[in-house]
Amino acid sequence: MKIKRLEALLPIVGVAGLLAIWSLTTWRQWVDPVLLPSPILTFKAMWAGMHGALGFDFVKTVYRTAAATVIASVIAIPLGILLGASEKIYRSLEFVIDFFRSTPASAMFPLFLVLFGVGDETKISVAAFGAALVILFNVAYGVMNARKTRLLAAKVMGASRLRVLFDVMLLESLPQTFVGLRNGISLALVVIVVAEMFIGSQDGLGHSVFEAQQLFEMPRMYAAIFAAGVLGYGLNLLFMLIERRFVHWSGK
Amino acid sequence: MNARPAILPDPTGVLAPVARVSPGRPHVTIRGLSKRFDKAVIYDKFDLDIPRGELISVFGPNGCGKSTLINMIAGLTPPDEGQILFDGMLLSEIKFGYVFQNYREALFPWLRAFDNIAYPLKMMKVPPKERRLRTEKLVAHLGIKLDLNLFPYQMSGGQQQLVSIMRSLVVEPEILFLDEPFSALDYEMTLFMRDQLQKLFIESGTTMVLVSHDLEEAVYLADRVLLLSRHPARVADFPRVSVSRPRTDATLSDPEFVRIKAHCLDVFQREVRRA
Repeated sequence: MKIKRLEALLPIVGVAGLLAIWSLTTWRQWVDPVLLPSPILTFKAMWAGMHGALGFDFVKTVYRTAAATVIASVIAIPLGILLGASEKIYRSLEFVIDFFRSTPASAMFPLFLVLFGVGDETKISVAAFGAALVILFNVAYGVMNARKTRLLAAKVMGASRLRVLFDVMLLESLPQTFVGLRNGISLALVVIVVAEMFIGSQDGLGHSVFEAQQLFEMPRMYAAIFAAGVLGYGLNLLFMLIERRFVHWSGK
Repeated sequence: MNARPAILPDPTGVLAPVARVSPGRPHVTIRGLSKRFDKAVIYDKFDLDIPRGELISVFGPNGCGKSTLINMIAGLTPPDEGQILFDGMLLSEIKFGYVFQNYREALFPWLRAFDNIAYPLKMMKVPPKERRLRTEKLVAHLGIKLDLNLFPYQMSGGQQQLVSIMRSLVVEPEILFLDEPFSALDYEMTLFMRDQLQKLFIESGTTMVLVSHDLEEAVYLADRVLLLSRHPARVADFPRVSVSRPRTDATLSDPEFVRIKAHCLDVFQREVRRA
């Protein structure tokens, strides 16, 4: 009983360990304190920042990432279903999709800059481009890998092709669709943060990290990095919770 | 011609006995059925009559085409040649049920058990209210005590297969196909499910075609055992199992049962050795 209760604490062991090593390092001054501020200083900067400029940047990044993911989903999910439902269409487009999926989205910045200028459109559209391909690929695979028996069962019960698509294939593909959405939003966040650093941005977490580094405000820089980490982790967690709620049969 | 059972809106007629127009006439007639996979000839001009209202077990050597046969009859695998008629009608004109071996993949995990059972009615465009009624009626009629608000993955294997069987019965099928329905269950559950199936058969009188890889099960459940040869499959024998129903554990030591089982085993081994 006692051991069981202790086991519940296991997940925080890593966090506690990390904080301990970090504190020890700054306390013993093993690293230049200018380069690595203490955890307390960092979290103070984060607390203060989240109530001010950092909070604003955080919201900006959330907005851009969300916009990119929504656009990507709206385009990629229906297209993925179409591709997955018809093996012939998929086979003919497989190479193109695989090629652009393997192309680093960041390599598209110059092109999108020419197309959309230096505003939000460029950042969001490059992130959407990257995320869309990841989502598309996963949705198509989810549809294609629908269990054969389940499709036959629907057919035997008299379901038309369209019914099979909506009643079986779509639902069958949901777990894989969520894999795509989670990967897609992670990629979108990476692209957005990079864009905020270098594509003439005035705000956003990427801008915040970059600016703090330029001004050598190390606690603020670490605070911004952690904020980005919190965002990435939070988005992943959010999608996992949504999946568990709506795709309750996943993995069962 | 009109040997179709009453299928018109009749929510109270769950599992109404099949109309027996001419008892001597076969229910299913199979003529000149041919099927090949790549170079292997599985069926070559195969003929068979399936009698009405009987439970037929299909048994034979591995890979002889037991499942292929019922899949062709049930329209899951198109035959290369030949004709299959149900009272002179095509498959598309009749109502039938099919129970898969792999219940885990055959049920819809996103629907509760109740909605799984009612799903075929939705395909027949039965209005929602009547769907509910007919499903409830079937459940009550079968007297199966199951929490149908559960999702399939919350149920045991046997319960899931029971839901599968109920799903195939809800349309009041004229014929029911079962492809090794119990082979993914443990022994205890298999014994229980055999008796459940027998009960359903006695109550409904629906023609059933059951593929089995277990000779005891095949004979125990059957009115006739269809013994197939190695492919190209022929009917090696089609003996009648004239042991009264309901069959019980005592049946397993009944001299007639033992005799037929031994005979089937003889035929089976002769066919296996013929390779």
